[in-house]
Amino acid sequence: MAEPDVLVAPSTIEYPFRRTTGPVIGAFLTALREGFLVGIKSSDGKVIVPPVEYDPYTADALTEIVEVGDAGEVTAWSWVAEPLDGQPLDRPFAFALIKLDGADTAMLHVVDTGGDPAAIATGMRVRARWKPPRPVGASEEDDATGAHRVGSILDIECFVPEGEN
Amino acid sequence: MRDVAIISFAQTQHRRAVRELNEVEMLMPVLVDVVAKAGITKDRIDFVCSGSADYLAGMAFSFVMTLDGVGPWPPISESHVDMDGAWALYEAWVKMQMGDVDVALVYSYGKSSPGNLRRVLTRQLDPYYLAPMWPDPVSLAALQARAALDAGVVTETEMAEVVAASRRAALSNPSAQLRGEVEASSLLSEEYFVAPLRRHDCPPISDGAAAVILAADDVARQLCERPAWIRGIDHRIEPHSLGVRDLTRSVSTEQAATHAGVDKDKIDLAELHAPFSHQEVILRRALGLGDEVAVNPSGGALAANPIMAAGLIRLGEAATRITCGAADRAVAHATSGPCLQQNLVCVLEGE
Repeated sequence: MAEPDVLVAPSTIEYPFRRTTGPVIGAFLTALREGFLVGIKSSDGKVIVPPVEYDPYTADALTEIVEVGDAGEVTAWSWVAEPLDGQPLDRPFAFALIKLDGADTAMLHVVDTGGDPAAIATGMRVRARWKPPRPVGASEEDDATGAHRVGSILDIECFVPEGEN
Repeated sequence: MRDVAIISFAQTQHRRAVRELNEVEMLMPVLVDVVAKAGITKDRIDFVCSGSADYLAGMAFSFVMTLDGVGPWPPISESHVDMDGAWALYEAWVKMQMGDVDVALVYSYGKSSPGNLRRVLTRQLDPYYLAPMWPDPVSLAALQARAALDAGVVTETEMAEVVAASRRAALSNPSAQLRGEVEASSLLSEEYFVAPLRRHDCPPISDGAAAVILAADDVARQLCERPAWIRGIDHRIEPHSLGVRDLTRSVSTEQAATHAGVDKDKIDLAELHAPFSHQEVILRRALGLGDEVAVNPSGGALAANPIMAAGLIRLGEAATRITCGAADRAVAHATSGPCLQQNLVCVLEGE
C-alpha cells in the first residue's frame, strides 16, 4: 500500500515554569552549588541520596540532612553508545547508579570513561567532576550558559574513574 | 464483592507509525469492534473509563478529543487516567463494585510516533534529580538488566530466549508488529544497543489502541457464554527513586500477586507486560510462575508495545483465551513507570 500523503504540523512543547524546591530538594541543590553533596536520614537511620522529603517506606517526614562524599561505587550501569540530545555528554558514556561514600542508596548520574565501554564495571570507584564555582555577581544569563555551578544536578559534569581527576 | 468479567476485547493492528489517522480515528474502529463483539449497542454502556498520556499527544487534556469516539452526547458518565488502560479498567472495576454500573467500556491508546519517544518519556521523570540528564527508558531499563545480570537473576541467554519465544508466539497474533522464527543464539550475536540490552531486548515503538467491555453478575452471563471473571485485582507501587529500590526484584508485583490471590490455584497462562526481555524473567519470579505456565501466548509487549494500551492488552489477551475455553485460570499483569515501578496483577477465571 502506498504511503498516503499526510499533512503534518510541528508542535513544540515547553514547560517554562519556576518552582520552589522546598527545604529538602532545595538543600541538595544549594549544596551542589557550593560543591558538596548531601543526603537525608530515613526513618531507620539509613542515608538516602539524593534526599527525599518523606520516607519511601514509612512516609514519615524526614528532616535530618547529612553530608556525604563526592566519590563512591558504581552499583549498576548502562552504556549509551549514541547519546541523545540533551544528555550530559555528547560522546559515548555510561548512566550509572552510584552509591556515594556515607550513603546507603545509589544516585543516578553519568560516568565518563573517555568513550571506552571497557573502562566501566560494577563495583568500580568513581569521583565527581565538578563545574567551577558560580562567579560573584553572575547574572541569570551567565547561569543559563551552564559554564558554572548554579544549584542543579548538572553542577556535577559527570563522574570519572577515581584517580583521574 | 460483585462479580465482574471481561466479556469483549478488541485492539488495532499495531504499527510503527499510524501517520494517516489521528488518535480518535485510530481508536474508532476498536470501539465499534469491542461493542459489536459484546453483542450490545452503545446505549447499554453505563460508564466509560480511558487511559492515555498527554506526554505522547503533546497537549494537555488530550483524552478529551477521543471522547468523540464514544459519543458523549447526551452526557455520559466518564473518567480518565493518565496511565495504561489496565488502571482505567481497575477504576471501572471499583466503580462497578458500588453497584450502579452493570456495563463499562474501558479503552486506551497511544501514538508514540509523532515525537522522539525516548526523549519524550524522560519528561515524565523527577524534574530535579533525573530529567536534567535526559535518562531515557532504554538506558534506565539497561541499568536494571545490568543489576539483574550481576545478581545472577537472569542471563543474556535467557533474555534472548524470551525474545525468540515472543517472536514465535506472535506468529499467530495478527495484531503483533514483530514476529518470526529466530534462534536465541543468533540474537546473541547481535551488537549491543544500550548495553547490556540489544535492540531486540527492547520493545518496538508502536501506535495502537485497545478496548474491553466489562459486565457484572447476570448481565455478564446474559451477554457472554463464558465470561472471564475477575477473581482478584490489585496494584502496588514502589518508591520513585531508582537507587532506593532493589531493581533485581519486582516487590510491588509480589505484593499485588498476593492480594490478587495468584497462588490460590493453578495458573494455565500468564500475559505479562514486560517491555524489556529481562523484565519477563523478573516478573515470572515475582509471580511464582513455573515452566508449566504458558507465558505471553500473544507475544507480549516485545511483539507490540502501544504505550498506554500494552497493559490493557495483556488483560484482554488473557480474557480472550478464557472466553474461548483455551484456559480456565489466567494471570494478567500491567506495568507503569521506569524499571517496573508500579504493577497491576489480575486473576481471571472461567466458570
